[in-house]
Amino acid sequence: MNYNMGEFDVAVVGAGHAGVEAALASARLGCKTVMFTISLDQIANMPCNPSIGGTAKGHLVREIDALGGEMGKAADKCFIQSRMLNRGKGPAVHSLRVQADRVKYHNYMKEVCEKQQNLFVKQAEVAEIIVEDGKISGIRTSLGAEYSVKAVIISTGTYLKGKIHIGEKSYESGPDSALPSKYLSQSLTDCGVELRRFKTGTPCRVNKRSINFDIMERQDGDQDITPFSFETDPATLDNKVSCYVTYTNSKTHEVILANLDRSPLYSGKIEGVGPRYCPSIEDKIVRFSDKPRHQLFVEPMGLTTEEYYLQGMSSSLPEDVQLAFLKTIDGLEDVEIMRPAYAIEYDCCNPTQLLPTLEFKKIKGLYGAGQFNGSSGYEEAAAQGIVAGINAALKIKKREPMILDRASSYIGTLVDDLVTKGCSDPYRMMTSRSEYRLVLRQDNADQRLTPIGHKLGLISDERYERLMDKIRLTDEEIHRVKTTNIAPSDSLNDFLESKGTSILTTGCKLADLIRRPQLNYDDIAAFDKNRPVLPDDVCEQVDLQIKYEGYISKQMDQIELMRKFENVKLPENTDYSQVRGLRLEAAEKLNKLQPFSLGQASRISGVSPADVSLLSVWLQKSKEK
Amino acid sequence: MSTIAAVSTPDATGGIAVIRVSGEKALEIADKVFTSVSGKKAVDMEGYTCAYGYASDGDERLDDCILTVFRAPHSYTGENTAEISCHGGIYVTRRILRTLINNGADNALPGEFTKRAFLNGKLDLTQAEAVMDVISAKSERELKMAEELRDGAAFKLADKCSGKLIKILGDLAAWADYPEEDIPAVEPENLKMVLEEVRKELSSLVQNYDAGRIIREGILTAIVGRPNVGKSTLFNSLSGVQRSIVTDIAGTTRDIVEETVRLGDIVLRLSDTAGIRDTDDVIEGIGVEMAEKMIDSAELVIAVFDGGCPLTEDDLYLINKINNKNTVAVINKNDIDLKLDTSIFKENNIQFVYLSAKENTGISELKSAIENIFMLNETSFNTVSAANERQKCCIDNAIKSIDSAILAIDSGELLDAVNVLIDEAEQSLLELTGKKITESVVDEVFSRFCVGK
Repeated sequence: MNYNMGEFDVAVVGAGHAGVEAALASARLGCKTVMFTISLDQIANMPCNPSIGGTAKGHLVREIDALGGEMGKAADKCFIQSRMLNRGKGPAVHSLRVQADRVKYHNYMKEVCEKQQNLFVKQAEVAEIIVEDGKISGIRTSLGAEYSVKAVIISTGTYLKGKIHIGEKSYESGPDSALPSKYLSQSLTDCGVELRRFKTGTPCRVNKRSINFDIMERQDGDQDITPFSFETDPATLDNKVSCYVTYTNSKTHEVILANLDRSPLYSGKIEGVGPRYCPSIEDKIVRFSDKPRHQLFVEPMGLTTEEYYLQGMSSSLPEDVQLAFLKTIDGLEDVEIMRPAYAIEYDCCNPTQLLPTLEFKKIKGLYGAGQFNGSSGYEEAAAQGIVAGINAALKIKKREPMILDRASSYIGTLVDDLVTKGCSDPYRMMTSRSEYRLVLRQDNADQRLTPIGHKLGLISDERYERLMDKIRLTDEEIHRVKTTNIAPSDSLNDFLESKGTSILTTGCKLADLIRRPQLNYDDIAAFDKNRPVLPDDVCEQVDLQIKYEGYISKQMDQIELMRKFENVKLPENTDYSQVRGLRLEAAEKLNKLQPFSLGQASRISGVSPADVSLLSVWLQKSKEK
Repeated sequence: MSTIAAVSTPDATGGIAVIRVSGEKALEIADKVFTSVSGKKAVDMEGYTCAYGYASDGDERLDDCILTVFRAPHSYTGENTAEISCHGGIYVTRRILRTLINNGADNALPGEFTKRAFLNGKLDLTQAEAVMDVISAKSERELKMAEELRDGAAFKLADKCSGKLIKILGDLAAWADYPEEDIPAVEPENLKMVLEEVRKELSSLVQNYDAGRIIREGILTAIVGRPNVGKSTLFNSLSGVQRSIVTDIAGTTRDIVEETVRLGDIVLRLSDTAGIRDTDDVIEGIGVEMAEKMIDSAELVIAVFDGGCPLTEDDLYLINKINNKNTVAVINKNDIDLKLDTSIFKENNIQFVYLSAKENTGISELKSAIENIFMLNETSFNTVSAANERQKCCIDNAIKSIDSAILAIDSGELLDAVNVLIDEAEQSLLELTGKKITESVVDEVFSRFCVGK
């Protein structure tokens, strides 16, 4: 018996990191939103490592925050150790990473969702999407409850037909022993969604009392903590725990190699494609057999638990083998496993079926986000969640879609990579994936995205005004140091010499000194008599923007060129084989992908500059007709 | 829109050639290459006016030219346009184009002037399809050419350099993206070493760029044959000057005489050589030795045979020697009865032509035979040189970016900035193959480094 449970604007299927951001964004933009989860106790769960951020991922979190998302605030509230990675390698690759308290993070996000106006959180397994005339009209749960909705966002993570493998055993399951989503795959396939199978895995959790930390390297958090959220006051933050590092050795490798035949990966039982960047320990040992040891991090799961996470030791070997190889490792001789490592296979979609709004091209009102789109990682998921949530709401409100291009953000780069190139294994964000990374720094995410978030209605006027003040102060100070002369003096030259840079013989502008790699804005404060007192974040911007001015302006030129192509939209449902002169290969690729803009078309592999030329002439021709 | 440049007249030796520059900065760029006698600058000139002067590359004066200025929208493309008319000649024309490109113009893509004309509303709708055909046909040809060039040594070397850059980009990416893994730190000195190595290889590549050099310097050609078959007569009739001493006495040419001559599109660097025969004369012997060496180093051998008598042993020796070279056999003296059996040429797959050097007949047959060998016939010649120019341009750009990267390392810049410059260099090299840089680097990281949880 089916029964009606009312009308909503947007339904979000899954309440992980993608689902939560999607539901919050949609509700905050005024859409009546319902979010389903198989278990309320799994909302924003971290079934893998208890950490937020890291290289490129830290950029994503700051960008989500700059747009008005929740992840950065939650991480600031729930972290137990914080570090800025890559200091000394240049501001473009500075990345914030925190250890988070897993239970606290879940509780925080659950409460935020529960208290959010317009958002209704429900425990249910969504079994079917209802599509009428190529358009979403509702969903049905496994109990038979029907909800009429205008849009559905699928953010099912690893739940969709989830299957866990541990050694020779395998069973249907979601992550962390949650129930899997059994029926939705069939419904999606019936509606024409192309699904595929991916695989990922997680290491085991062990009890703190069984670890000998004394013989491990200790890793502490930063003294000066940078928050994720531009709204968090850094003074309120402090580190509460340490992490530890230890290493595998030849004995560990022997145990693993001797038991490879018991791994489902090597016996061929797992059909899903695993991530290249997240190999299991057995993968690492087989593929990099010349490496004498592999590093592992021992990380606390929270302040109210004794569970520790062993980063670097993901495995699908049987539990007894896991225990045997862990015991060979320094500091883990007496280790006590609480949850064994496992591999998990799940259904996901081929993301080239999506528009850059993350809406399916073929099914109006259906959106995908997170691991369902072939990505990996909490931050990648949350980034897509906010994009899908915003766009679903904008469409319902009949507003212009939000499309973030590659030059705007890592979020835009992530989405463009997924929808244009697709992925052959779970996609992880990396700084090397962005061609504009000197512009897309984590320190300026607010300047890049908060104006967009404000225009959307996700950022308060007050926060926006604060940003405008920051930009104004930065610009004024940059102007001042560019126009203020500094004369050579003995004390200045002594200082310059001590910094290993050449002395001044004639006067120069303050900015000329800041530009020198050996100096920075703070260094020359003593010689800058009229310097105004400015907030730290403004000083940082002045320093970076002057130092990197040449590179930034070069990248801005490239961006301007890129945007010219980006702004030329291509019509939907075009038959490119009708475009005169287009090579067959290009026409086939274009037909399959149906690119959104000339820019996107140019990034499809197999589409040449000449093909793009042809398209622009063809477009102009069709316009004039 | 960027500013683009290309040679607009057929790429051949004509009375005049026109190089067109179109786009926002067309006039500024033209001013950097063209100097008018009157001192007037292109940027100050009215539309539809001309100036007389010369084109130069730095200090080197290239040719006397006329500069014509068109002002937007009153030009073929609808943009500001400058046309430099020079005295033709592939070498000079290419040099002028290259100088424009070095001064900020981009090499025009196939059909790009016409495309811009259309997009700027200068052509009507019915012409649009013609535009599309032009783009399609030209790019198809260039693609084919580029594929053929890909088998060449030059391309392989560029590919090797690209591999070296990808390797250091992989090092940088792994080091930046996996700060917590035990990945070796990237040392600026090591980076610099690799960059300098790659730079050296790319520079030598540009200097020896195969077809580019053929265009600029011509094909190194040896005229060989046994004594007194008419080598010097052929040489003189090709070069149009009495350079070699022509007598009836066998062994007159003892030295190697050189001349650069044009055969239509083709520039030959001709060497007339001593007749190859077994000789006891010491001086003539040296000449013969030099002639044989010349055969080894020449890119083209024109072997001359006497059509009036059967092949001699010296002839057979020569045929054996030239068998693996780019060779055209010239059977001379076709004004007398043919007594030479040509089957040996057919058996050895050697092209041959009949020619009377004395009467100056058969030259055009010789020319097309050479064109055949170097695929320099009408349709492909422009394309080969254009595809080549574009490849060279990519390599030049890569070198520029590597120079900036080295400079950045020297001045102590942080590696994120250096990294972006190396990205640029690699992107330029990858344009030769159409690969995308971000994927290549990511693949590199995962295939070489053991990273991840």
